[in-house]
Amino acid sequence: MKGNIVKYARDNIDTDVIIPGQYLKVHDYAELATHAMEGLDPDFHSKIKEGDFILSGKNFGCGSSREHAPIALSHSGVKAVLALSFARIFYRNSVDGAFLLPIEIEQDAYDGISEGDEIEIDISNNEIKNNTKNQTYKMKPFSDIIGKIIAAGGLFKYKPDSD
Amino acid sequence: MNIVEKILAKGSGKSTVAPDDVVFANVDKVMMHDVSGPGVIKVFDKLKKQGISVDKLWDPTKVWVAEDHFVPSAEKVSAENVAKLSKFTKNYGIEKHFKYGMGQYGICHTISHEEAMVMPGDVYVGGDSHTNTTGALGAFACGLGHTDIAYVLLNGKIWFKVPETILFKLNGKLPDHVMAKDVILKIIGDIGTDGGNYKTMQFAGTGIDEMSVESRLTMCNMTTEAGAKNGIVEPDQKVVDYLSSRGATNFNLIKGDEDAEYSEVIEYECSELEPTVAKPFSPENITVVREAPSVELDKSYIGSCTGAKYEDLEAAAKILKGRQVKIRTEILPAAISIYKRAMENGLLKIFLDAGVTVGPPTCGACCGAHMGVLAKDEICISTTNRNFPGRMGHVESQTYLSSPMVAAASAVTGKITDPRDLK
Repeated sequence: MKGNIVKYARDNIDTDVIIPGQYLKVHDYAELATHAMEGLDPDFHSKIKEGDFILSGKNFGCGSSREHAPIALSHSGVKAVLALSFARIFYRNSVDGAFLLPIEIEQDAYDGISEGDEIEIDISNNEIKNNTKNQTYKMKPFSDIIGKIIAAGGLFKYKPDSD
Repeated sequence: MNIVEKILAKGSGKSTVAPDDVVFANVDKVMMHDVSGPGVIKVFDKLKKQGISVDKLWDPTKVWVAEDHFVPSAEKVSAENVAKLSKFTKNYGIEKHFKYGMGQYGICHTISHEEAMVMPGDVYVGGDSHTNTTGALGAFACGLGHTDIAYVLLNGKIWFKVPETILFKLNGKLPDHVMAKDVILKIIGDIGTDGGNYKTMQFAGTGIDEMSVESRLTMCNMTTEAGAKNGIVEPDQKVVDYLSSRGATNFNLIKGDEDAEYSEVIEYECSELEPTVAKPFSPENITVVREAPSVELDKSYIGSCTGAKYEDLEAAAKILKGRQVKIRTEILPAAISIYKRAMENGLLKIFLDAGVTVGPPTCGACCGAHMGVLAKDEICISTTNRNFPGRMGHVESQTYLSSPMVAAASAVTGKITDPRDLK
């Protein structure tokens, strides 16, 4: 999985800036995408491209349980969010709804990766390659159930009884 | 095992569970509202297209629905969502739908305790992050997104990683004018907005024993702001009395074992706590009120699941009685049952005499939805739970989070005011 980075070098990017509360009544995924990150970066919608990755700091997606948040990012084209840590509901919404991959990174990746870098995520080896800078970083492996739900393509396709 | 481990073990049919175990737990109650409900309906539509049957819910008697975020509908998109929800509950035979304009309705987390929708020992999930609130009744109460709620509606169970538990022990009794809101703001200030991430925040000690059930609800409500999976208090006689007076019977009081394990124990002396606010733009950005910046407030907002329970209104009324507000002040009781008690006991008259506008139950401006949202540069003191940029309206507005007493005292002076300093 390959993509270019849009970097927000800060912690605690919350669901109110990912998709402001006034849009909670909207359930049209394409329309939600036009308001993604509106509370932080009004240019997000025009600069994000299909297949891009977001890079950010600690506690990404904190706040509300709104599934609108991963939906708005995913329908903007974002395939993965790389962050030092995630808030729990954003994380499980991303995985269970199969909207995007939440990738937990270490400080070296956070510091090393810059805006626009081309990144390759290799889940099977838990590695992140920075093709622009020719660097490689470790990603934190998915826990057992998360890995299985991702592999199945979301919670509804995962069969817990076959474990 | 501690209380959460015991509830999750019971829910998943295991004799014992430990932190980091993954379990599929049977759900006792599930809730959705006029934001998560239409989101769930959207998931159902997607599933239908994928050939997955959505003809029947696992158990419509265990499902309840609230209308709270966008009622009364300000425009047609909100109206359509509420209409969609009514059609859904009718089609699937869900009888517990608390409708705006039809007797009891209100904010989902308030209905959960006002109507005894959730019982001690339950595994309770809701399509809203502040589902944590109801853990104050001794339930495992946890917020989920649309896909997960749809999964519960169809399968009656959901996966959880058994959380570690931080035990917050409160010693002694809170001083006058210091409320549960001040305590939870202090805790969030200490541990940060990710200090409880993926964990349970359990509250105990003589300070909790002394607290009313409604104060405990405030404590558990804002565990969400520390990132916690859930907040919980072991149920006692106060919880039994509270729920019995609201028609509940058949209690199953689950408590932790004497030798239960906690990842951490953090103690607080109640006598040392003071009225506290969280400054913009994070609930962890706290200061005691007497050291708060001297800003000119535009508005005081007393509302939401966090700060408009009956006890919250009573506290505000104590301050506002015989006084006049100096800035725009709105009070929105969190449920019709609370509104009615406030009327019967003379609270509404106190508010109206003070110049306050009393609105209907709604999440309203707390989430920037409607009914009193903030303009650019406006500054608000609010009994709600979040103050991220744009939370209550314009992205350049500011919100200070406080207790109802501080919000009421500040309404009177137009500045952030410790109720103890009011003349």
